[in-house]
Amino acid sequence: MTATKTVKGLLGKKLGMTQLWNEDNRLVPVTVIEVGQNVVTQIRSEETDGYAAVQIGFGAIDPRKVTKPLTGHFEKAGVTPRRHLVELRTSDAADYSAGQELAADTFEAGTTVDVTGTTKGKGFAGVMKRHGFHGVSSSHGAHRNHRKPGSIGGCATPGRVFKGMRMAGRMGGVRQTTQNLTIHAVDVEKGLLLVKGAVPGPRGGVVLVRSAAKGA
Amino acid sequence: MQRFDELDKASMKADVPAFRAGDTVKVHVKVVEGTRSRIQVFQGVVIRRHGAGVTETFTVRKVSFGVGVERTFPLHTPIIDQIEVVTRGDVRRAKLYYLRDLRGKAAKIKEKRDTPAAR
Repeated sequence: MTATKTVKGLLGKKLGMTQLWNEDNRLVPVTVIEVGQNVVTQIRSEETDGYAAVQIGFGAIDPRKVTKPLTGHFEKAGVTPRRHLVELRTSDAADYSAGQELAADTFEAGTTVDVTGTTKGKGFAGVMKRHGFHGVSSSHGAHRNHRKPGSIGGCATPGRVFKGMRMAGRMGGVRQTTQNLTIHAVDVEKGLLLVKGAVPGPRGGVVLVRSAAKGA
Repeated sequence: MQRFDELDKASMKADVPAFRAGDTVKVHVKVVEGTRSRIQVFQGVVIRRHGAGVTETFTVRKVSFGVGVERTFPLHTPIIDQIEVVTRGDVRRAKLYYLRDLRGKAAKIKEKRDTPAAR
């Protein structure tokens, strides 16, 4: 598969949510994402790597904590080490150059984006919270089984529980993408993106903002 | 909400008068009808102030033709042209939900008597 779309993207830190009013005096809930200065650390091309992509880095890190191989990788790009790296498959990768800085003005207000992050961990959660099961009646003779899943399968046939049966377990803490969010405003000076709506993850979590995969 | 003080400042109003639950206020609301916009006044008793910062809201209750009407406004919404404090009420609660169960004279709130030392 070759990347045929031009994809723009930035890594950032979710600062939290607030609200503001638009020109129609309508309330807009926004998530504030601090992108600061992203930096291009490597260009992947069709000839050398088999695909076109651009690797971007974000976030400060103590250089002593960076492994020697990674130190060399950053030196090659001529940048100080960054904490987070991500690759974006884009057809216009050749237009970027290693060491180039990407600021919040990569995106304009009004464009749609997908935001990827790691969701908040919920710990070991039951089926009602984890899968939206309805549970069992709170009365009508129900006995100590109000939040239980009920039956999980047959008896001698099939004689086992099917794979993938939805049960209680670890919930959250997984990568998730919210698609088609609108950029409400861009603050280049402070390096902030204001995205309409909620994005995955806790405050302080790292998120990837990229051009929307779906839609025009 | 101290995280976005700088960001929120742009949406927040500086000219909000000091008022609290129990006060009678006139809220001048901008109403847009098609292309025309005019000012409508909603007068009643503030029964709560809720939240802080840019998300703060307040609720005004009035009795209109025998029917209780409550309207909740975001404090900093641009549709409010002006908030006018008519009287200050003497109440002991921050949330005056008990007014909903009272009618007529019982629902009347005493006006605050200013003590010269306090003000």
